[in-house]
Amino acid sequence: MLAAILYVGAVSLLVIGLAGMLLSSHLFRMLLGLVIAEAGANLLLVLAGYRWESAAPIWESGAYPQLMVDPVPQAMVLTAIVIGVGIQALAIALLVRIRQQTGSLQRDIVREQLEQDLDLELGVKLPSSMHAPSGEGPLLSGTRGAGNEQ
Amino acid sequence: MSRSSRSMEWTPLLFSGGLAFFLFALFAVIPFGDTAMKVGTMIHQQGGELGAANLVTAVVLGYRGLDTLGELAILFAAATSAGLVLSNTRQRTRSIKNKGLGELFESAISLLMPLLLLVGVYIVLHGHLTPGGGFQGGVVIAVALFLPTLARGEMVINHHLIQWIEGGAGALFILIGVAALIQGAAFLQPLMAAGEVGRFLSAGTLPVLYLLVGLKVGAELAALLGHLVEDDEPGVQQ
Repeated sequence: MLAAILYVGAVSLLVIGLAGMLLSSHLFRMLLGLVIAEAGANLLLVLAGYRWESAAPIWESGAYPQLMVDPVPQAMVLTAIVIGVGIQALAIALLVRIRQQTGSLQRDIVREQLEQDLDLELGVKLPSSMHAPSGEGPLLSGTRGAGNEQ
Repeated sequence: MSRSSRSMEWTPLLFSGGLAFFLFALFAVIPFGDTAMKVGTMIHQQGGELGAANLVTAVVLGYRGLDTLGELAILFAAATSAGLVLSNTRQRTRSIKNKGLGELFESAISLLMPLLLLVGVYIVLHGHLTPGGGFQGGVVIAVALFLPTLARGEMVINHHLIQWIEGGAGALFILIGVAALIQGAAFLQPLMAAGEVGRFLSAGTLPVLYLLVGLKVGAELAALLGHLVEDDEPGVQQ
């Protein structure tokens, strides 16, 4: 029963984290979703190697315990946690830079800015209504960037 | 903005639901509560052939030493690229906005820092005997080195020293692996006699490897935290 609760909890953490990553519109919240999903995955791995009524895999009073927890998933989770920290730090660094460049962490604002920068870089005309005057009109600077005041 | 927003809202939910179903279906195949992995029982039957009282350490550094090297490489890549992303290209001022937290915190942290360092080194050095090891102790060491930065707004050790420490530790880790190759064993296979299980001087080269891991992780995380603090000025457009 307890095992079932733990398994369901771990899988739910994973799914909650994934849903948070996919559904949220704020980049920092997406990162938090990643952290939650990682916690769920790690918990799932540790649970896979756990055995009830057994001891930690450590030499005690002259011998290893007869019934012990599987050490392999624990070592893997140790690895996964450290890698997770590295990835989170890198993601935070990127978020800091994005915030400095675009002034926002809202996903659609950042995406819009990126598209605008790409269009300007490639010399592509910004997409606009077919009734809009063609050419490098003053509207170009007015229509975009209106969402910056959030 | 309203191009396809209505359908966009439902696709992630569908994806997560499908993934959850997939995971539950996977778990339905395995008999519930069964030990899915047989590697652990094998390692258990081998007993203390590596001489490490902590079997997790034996797995991390003995049986899967190459994986640990790869993990160190990933951590190194992440720390380096984070430093690269955050490095100040416009000016090398390296200013820290935090100008200290006050007398109370400074005294408390000067008191705490040596103790934290001691605990970190202890955890690293006893990685083959007790729960803990290079990664856990390395994080404690990194926090100990980072606390004065928080309190006084200055780095205790400069980045050059940190770079030398982590580079040297990584190189020594690989050199120990190559030494095993030279002696005719597999890469990173533990050398030297296993000794008596449970003694401080046992498990061959495993404690040395874990000490190097601890130094590398501690230096890398301290550098990472330092980078994150140093580049604190918001809103400076290039």
